[in-house]
Amino acid sequence: MIPASFEYHAPRSVEEAIQLLQRYNGEAKLLAGGHSLLPMLKLRLLQPEALIDLGRVPGLAYIRPADGDLAIGALTTYADIEQSAQLAQQARVLAEAAALVADVQVRNRGTLCGSLAHADPAGDPPAVAYALDAQFHLQGPNGARTVGVDDWFVDTLESAVGPDEVLTEVRLAVPGPRSGSAYRKFEQPASHYALVGVAALITLAEDGTVARCRVGITGVGPVAYRATGVEGALTGKRPDEAALREAAAHAVDGVEVLGDLHASPPFRSHLAQVYTQRALAAAAARAAGQPDPRAP
Amino acid sequence: MASTHEITLTVNGQSVTREVEPRLLLVYFLRDALGLTGTHVGCDTTQCGACTVIMNGKAVKSCTILAVQADGQEITTIEGLAHGDQLDPVQEGFRVKHGLQCGYCTPGMIMSARALLNENPHPSEAEIRRAIDGNLCRCTGYEGIVRAIEWAAEHPAPASAGVRS
Repeated sequence: MIPASFEYHAPRSVEEAIQLLQRYNGEAKLLAGGHSLLPMLKLRLLQPEALIDLGRVPGLAYIRPADGDLAIGALTTYADIEQSAQLAQQARVLAEAAALVADVQVRNRGTLCGSLAHADPAGDPPAVAYALDAQFHLQGPNGARTVGVDDWFVDTLESAVGPDEVLTEVRLAVPGPRSGSAYRKFEQPASHYALVGVAALITLAEDGTVARCRVGITGVGPVAYRATGVEGALTGKRPDEAALREAAAHAVDGVEVLGDLHASPPFRSHLAQVYTQRALAAAAARAAGQPDPRAP
Repeated sequence: MASTHEITLTVNGQSVTREVEPRLLLVYFLRDALGLTGTHVGCDTTQCGACTVIMNGKAVKSCTILAVQADGQEITTIEGLAHGDQLDPVQEGFRVKHGLQCGYCTPGMIMSARALLNENPHPSEAEIRRAIDGNLCRCTGYEGIVRAIEWAAEHPAPASAGVRS
């Protein structure tokens, strides 16, 4: 499969990339790792006039602390994330999800920010973005702005990034003490896309009840979502098996559950509840400093 | 037609310069522009791994990289592994342990294995299986492939051999 013809630019700065985006007036696409974009070009689902390759812009691949958060740059790959000892300790749900994205070759090229901008409803990163309360840093012709995760995922394959803006960085909230996080997914075995992917974060109060809970779910609906029904049902409770099961039963509340060749809507709903309970159980055990529960 | 770009990259230790269209995929650059047809096109959808090459030390799927993105980079293909008649240990392992039947997935499978062994010379079976997770084989059931990579790990090449560049 050969993409339709396009012009190619390799700017050396974010400013230059923004100028190019303006020049093409919405008809250009930014290229980072290209592992979402190039498949769409090959299928001719997209035929942009130009690709603007961020790959030659220096200084966009990093993982570093920033005001108590973790900042991850536009060109940081899944492999970088998977291999980061800092993330394995501070944001385990992200390290765990990154290690489950597709396969080695894809993780060597694909970028976290690229996936978040692409907003694939079956991608793994959106679930993690909800669990870790992501903030998206954008640069455009009128300067910088920040978008919170609740306003980021607009629709299937549509995020809040404007046509002449660059997502330069995503910031993730580092969970405080007595916190645990986990990512659990049921994947399509060839593509490794999530039929259901659940990212959970639990912070325990000193008395062992759930002080804070955040749950992001991907693969289930037309857009990834925050499972507020699950969060509400568990907050204030002691995270025993019955409480986790009861909370996980809310995994698809209010969601238009997708059906396709791989999983019907009832099967997907069932998987969402099972994997939500597993992600919650792992997060709760880690928050309490206990070993991971065995998958049933 | 879009404007073409001159790219210069290192392929199997040799510098090559060509004028390419931006939409040209790396796998077609290798096969059609350089005649290195050992790198295969399989699914063409980033799943099967038949097009795997090593770029800057990492296994990548060349069907999902533009040739212009490889400008200035170092690529090793299956053709770059053997030294004359001396096969790379991974190639020899595939021969000794029956790591192939039809052979279509083999170049990509070998490049994934080579990238693994370069980073981790003594992988566990689980690490081997994880390294070839992105390479599909319709013939072997993978057992012979895993044994082949284990064989290669047990029979590393002399210091002078191995991957160029």
